[in-house]
Amino acid sequence: MGTVVVNDLDVGTKEDSPLKIGPFELNSRLIVGSGRYENATMMRQALDLSGSDCITVAIRRERLHDAYGDNLLDHIDSDQTILLPNTAGCYSAKDAIRVAHLGREILRALGNPGADWVKLECLGDSRTLLPDPISTLEATTQLVADGFHVLCYTTDDPVTARRLKQAGAAAVMPAGSPIGSGQGILNPNNIRIILEYLKNEDPEYPVIVDAGIGTASDAAQAMELGADGVLLNTAIAHARQPLVMATAMRHATLAGRQAFLAGRIPKRLYAAASSPMEGVIATHPFPRNETK
Amino acid sequence: MIVQVNEQAVETTTGITILDLLKQLDITTRHIAVEVNLNIVPFEDHDDTILHDGDRLEVVTLVGGG
Repeated sequence: MGTVVVNDLDVGTKEDSPLKIGPFELNSRLIVGSGRYENATMMRQALDLSGSDCITVAIRRERLHDAYGDNLLDHIDSDQTILLPNTAGCYSAKDAIRVAHLGREILRALGNPGADWVKLECLGDSRTLLPDPISTLEATTQLVADGFHVLCYTTDDPVTARRLKQAGAAAVMPAGSPIGSGQGILNPNNIRIILEYLKNEDPEYPVIVDAGIGTASDAAQAMELGADGVLLNTAIAHARQPLVMATAMRHATLAGRQAFLAGRIPKRLYAAASSPMEGVIATHPFPRNETK
Repeated sequence: MIVQVNEQAVETTTGITILDLLKQLDITTRHIAVEVNLNIVPFEDHDDTILHDGDRLEVVTLVGGG
């Protein structure tokens, strides 16, 4: 795969590389979840509009007595999409490892390339859904040994993030704020520090902001900070108009990424006139004390 | 004989294979993974893996998630 041309009619668009995570290359830097949609048709349309080529899925027991003949995969084109199985709902390393292996088996049977990666979630608390850093680290170590490319959901703590990378995580995915909370990025400075630590002498190492995104500007902010991607679900699925929000998120992720590549201007305390002072027709009401 | 499937007791015939048990349960999709007594049985082996009384199975599939 070469470079990604976001819009080849637009000469102002900077060519971008695909998002690389382990052996995977994604054209979209927006990864979307498939949960919490009102219905399957809405989900399918929203996923399409998001432009994402990677969709997260969960693993649950097959229903035995109320089978309704409808499977998630009836609504996702698994030939065109890389599925990213998660271990959502697991509260121990043992359960997460077990679920990861079950996910691998389902995807292997499907022939989906996502068989060998996993979005690892080891939760520590049911109200906040914050991850347990110790069991996350433990599960990461084991799953890496089992040949998985592990994408670690974690808090925005830079020390934990560094430990997960050292344990062999293919990507570290700090939360902006708690899952489904829509609070956006509560501590952008921690995200900055994570990016600095994990990308030091390894600029390609993928860091993805996962969880807490509430609206388009949150996704753009994550990308402007320098994250390699954004992972979100509820922000689209529970928007008043999910299809419109899916489109907004696609644009926001692109806009944030392009702004990051373009390089923002430094913030300064005082104004800097955009129009030239030379030739201006104006008297100056105050003594001129500004510096150039 | 009785096996446990997703923590529910299921009455079935002695010597049944995983594949035939799945048929009995109307699970015909390939989008599943099967564990027997905590060991995953690859889908290629479902038709010649014989179940025993008291076996504990987990049958899982993909659902929407983030």
